[in-house]
Amino acid sequence: MKVAVCVKRIPDTAESEIKVDDTGKDIIKDKLAFIINEPDNYALEEALILREKSGGTVVLVSIGSKETEEVLRIGLAKGADEAVRIDNAGLAGSDAIVLAGVLAAYFRKEQFDLVFTGCIAQDTQDSQVGPALAQFLGWPHAMYAIRFENKDNEVVVRRELEGGSLEVKKLNRPCVVSFQTGGNAPRYASILGIRQARTKPLERLDIASLGLEQDEVGDTGSKTRLIKLYVPEVSSAAEILQGTVDEKVSKIATIIKEKGLL
Amino acid sequence: MSVTVLAEHRQGTIRDVTYEMLAAGRRLAHEMDGELEAVILGDDCEAMASELTRHAPRVVCGCHPALRYFSYETYQHVLLKLIKERKPAVFMLADSALGADLGPSLAVKLDAGIVSDVVDFHWTDNELVVSRGMYGGKLNADLSVKHSPAIVMVRQSFFRPEPIKIKGELVHYEVNADLETGLQTRHLGIEELSISGIDITKADILVGVGRGVKEEKNLEPVQEFADSIGAVLVGSRPVVDAGWLPKERQVGSSGKTVKPKLYIALGISGAFQHIAGMKGADTIIAVNKDPNAPIFAVADYGIVDDLHKVVPVLRKRLQEMKS
Repeated sequence: MKVAVCVKRIPDTAESEIKVDDTGKDIIKDKLAFIINEPDNYALEEALILREKSGGTVVLVSIGSKETEEVLRIGLAKGADEAVRIDNAGLAGSDAIVLAGVLAAYFRKEQFDLVFTGCIAQDTQDSQVGPALAQFLGWPHAMYAIRFENKDNEVVVRRELEGGSLEVKKLNRPCVVSFQTGGNAPRYASILGIRQARTKPLERLDIASLGLEQDEVGDTGSKTRLIKLYVPEVSSAAEILQGTVDEKVSKIATIIKEKGLL
Repeated sequence: MSVTVLAEHRQGTIRDVTYEMLAAGRRLAHEMDGELEAVILGDDCEAMASELTRHAPRVVCGCHPALRYFSYETYQHVLLKLIKERKPAVFMLADSALGADLGPSLAVKLDAGIVSDVVDFHWTDNELVVSRGMYGGKLNADLSVKHSPAIVMVRQSFFRPEPIKIKGELVHYEVNADLETGLQTRHLGIEELSISGIDITKADILVGVGRGVKEEKNLEPVQEFADSIGAVLVGSRPVVDAGWLPKERQVGSSGKTVKPKLYIALGISGAFQHIAGMKGADTIIAVNKDPNAPIFAVADYGIVDDLHKVVPVLRKRLQEMKS
């Protein structure tokens, strides 16, 4: 079984304040740490579990700058066999559908049985690459997968619906499966793994080597165009309590008491 | 020029997001000086279609036995034809488990622009401009979308449904395609989330923890705090994903929707999926280090600080008040 896992390197913004830069089209990234997009980490774990059970090869695929290789090396250290970086030169302004098209150009050249992705990119909040990639390839897909079983010529996926229920779905193989977080416990890289990762193959491609023309990608290839980024206006903001921790807590305790909230 | 809204339903019931989209779609159609149309597909969806005529001026109803369960494959087959025939400028569907499976594949097939997590849209100079969330809802982005049509995936539980009751027209759409052969996917069933412990939807007071709790061991003082005020401890997705709380304690669109009297959110930044599940609480108190955390947009009272500093003091203060 040859399994590709599409991963993205993103800034870790979950616990930090974000500021828009002067262009109004990007965020200030100098003080941010970069991580693997979390759902991709679950997709990778699922691929590694599958390889442990049925053998085969796990290949990481990412579109990004040179720095993306940090994330790829971590994935290799966790146990992926090979990595491919498609350089993002010429791809500025590409929307999710265009990026799915770039990935599709790669997957048309290579033979894979399965492609795993995360269900959403946590920076752009796009949840389009998996299904769009599948459509470009003519393969079936499933979004929000949390359980995966590999059968003879097909796979069975349990995918999350709203309210916590699961849809059980059968897909022909090859297919694209996009994983939600929470279905497994992603492993950490071992010291040995980190050492081995240094010598594992990391292939570098670009849009030209994938046979893509510049006008098919980037701004010109995209049907959506970013106008600006901004902090959303808050319509009904909370009353923010001021002071030291003690003062703030006393205020909230008084409110809780006066309003009879407990 | 028209706006078409794909109605979403599950097990014979129209989902709320459909009414939210129709309310938002009506406003957009008005701006475009165009028409609003709802499309509903299913195996036997007459009754739901006629319910929708009270919310949309025209409802297109396509029935076929193969459309019994939602499947992007069969839906796509029908919708590609329908969209080519009816040529809406904007095709709206929910950014849901069902919609996310369908929207991007439709966009590829139609060579159309598509935007996820949409929270606003306007028609300006013959162009669609949408606002969508990014970075966990901490930022919004405005984008222009080419319309051929423009596919808009609308955030759930965001737009307010309108109580407008009209008498729209019901149009039967004949689905005569072969939807049974050549399928690459098959629906095998639905497994409901089983609840073995406490039903969090029935609790009056909830203490919610998020990513800000950082480590499993930090959950203990929070649990003790919850116990001390008679609250049930619940969590946002990252806490449940980490296995620190069971799935049945997850609040949010993929967990439970709760409406307690009091919800105390600790270290929850307020991703829209979580907010969708708790914004109906009577009173919301939020504690978060990030002053711009979206949770403060739905909270009544906020403390900008580290939850680990706040919780012990709050517990003590509330205990003093009790005695």
